[in-house]
Amino acid sequence: MVGWIILIIVLVIGLYILAKYNSFIVLRNRIQNAWAQINVELKRRYDLIPNLINTVKGYMQYEKEVLENVVKARSQAIEAKSVKEQGEAETQLTKALRTLFAVMENYPELKANENVMRLQEELTSTENRIAFSRQFYNDIVMRYNAGIQVFPANIIARMFNFKGEEYFEIELPEEKEVPKVDLGL
Amino acid sequence: MVYDEIAKNKRKSFFLLIIFSIFTVFICYFIGSAWFGSGLGGLIFGFVISLTMSLVSFYTGDKVVLSSVGAREISRDEYPMLYNVTEELCIAAGIPMPKIYVVPDPSPNAFATGRNLENAKIAVNEGLLKILNREELQGVIAHELSHIKNNDIMFATIVSVLLGMIIILSTVFRRTFWWSGRDRDREGGGVILVLIGLLLAILAPIAAKLIQLSLSRSREYLADASAALITRNPLGLAGALRKLSDTKVVTRTANDAVSPLYIAEPFKGIDVKTLFSTHPPIEERIKRLEEMAYVRQSS
Repeated sequence: MVGWIILIIVLVIGLYILAKYNSFIVLRNRIQNAWAQINVELKRRYDLIPNLINTVKGYMQYEKEVLENVVKARSQAIEAKSVKEQGEAETQLTKALRTLFAVMENYPELKANENVMRLQEELTSTENRIAFSRQFYNDIVMRYNAGIQVFPANIIARMFNFKGEEYFEIELPEEKEVPKVDLGL
Repeated sequence: MVYDEIAKNKRKSFFLLIIFSIFTVFICYFIGSAWFGSGLGGLIFGFVISLTMSLVSFYTGDKVVLSSVGAREISRDEYPMLYNVTEELCIAAGIPMPKIYVVPDPSPNAFATGRNLENAKIAVNEGLLKILNREELQGVIAHELSHIKNNDIMFATIVSVLLGMIIILSTVFRRTFWWSGRDRDREGGGVILVLIGLLLAILAPIAAKLIQLSLSRSREYLADASAALITRNPLGLAGALRKLSDTKVVTRTANDAVSPLYIAEPFKGIDVKTLFSTHPPIEERIKRLEEMAYVRQSS
């Protein structure tokens, strides 16, 4: 009788470990997959930028610095290695692009150019894709990190050497701003 | 809070579905025993016919609906922004890209159909694309993708099987009541049973329809909340809903069969009668979305 009870307990614990181990593996693969997705979108943006620069260059001779900033930020972003480095470089690139878009507002002939409009829609879309794939990535990282930290799953995580993953952070000014709340008073 | 709203509506629709199932089994069993003399027989009879009908519409309904409103599948080049917005949100939601259709209708509306993630379709009226900005369009598409992600077509099919069972049995009962009621008179005690059965056969379909509408409304709230979670911007959808409720343009393509699918009810005036409406009042939806935005910002 005692033997049976022990056998059942061991079996339950074994199944628990197996289930947790598998769920960690699944989550880790999803994180890798989500990271790959982010890279697809980042690459998409790297590819669109030279097009945009070439199109607007002619109109914007007096804005050399703005254009150079974009080019420089782009090449730095391409060279970034770790998740953290990538985040910092992408922050710079996003800021540089926003400045460029803001300056472009001063050139009505640019806004009328169909090619420019199309590129701008593509870049806006790409920025959203990056934001959304980052959100998706960070959500899974959060689930994974929480999963390997809570008791008793953390014991299993340590047994099989599952380590926490880094969040992908792009720090943009408007995300840090204190939101304006209109209470309608 | 978005997560609370999602959990609440999932719980609510699950609970209602359980109640509905019990209600259906009870009604069909009773009508079955009052009429066919076998509760189980009535139950199986209703289930088989209703399931067959619902399965047919589950597999072919999307094509029927799309062609009934004259929807046309579009490519990236025709509507770059619509296409991009949808692709972005699919990344955010982690689901495959659905097919996109545009309906030649000047009234602003949209709906989703298709039985699963792989067969998902989103249809958008031309009028919607004209009046919404990028952020608002994002909210609407996120709402439609949420219906797909939350498996609402499947959910609606299960509900329609239950509703169908009640309607079929009640109809058979009512239609044949006078015809064979006389035979039963002679059995004496059967009369009361048959009369109760008749009362149920009249009231049950109405009650069942009300449960179905209530379920439909809770799935709308759920899709709104899921959209807020996907976009992290509840105000985009709120702004779009406000524009949809302010519009004066009358639909040219929508019909009764498609009406529950739309993001906002296409026939104005129905919106007021909450109990008999497939959608919650638009003001209440906007209020809930704004609350989500408020909590998110202040936390």
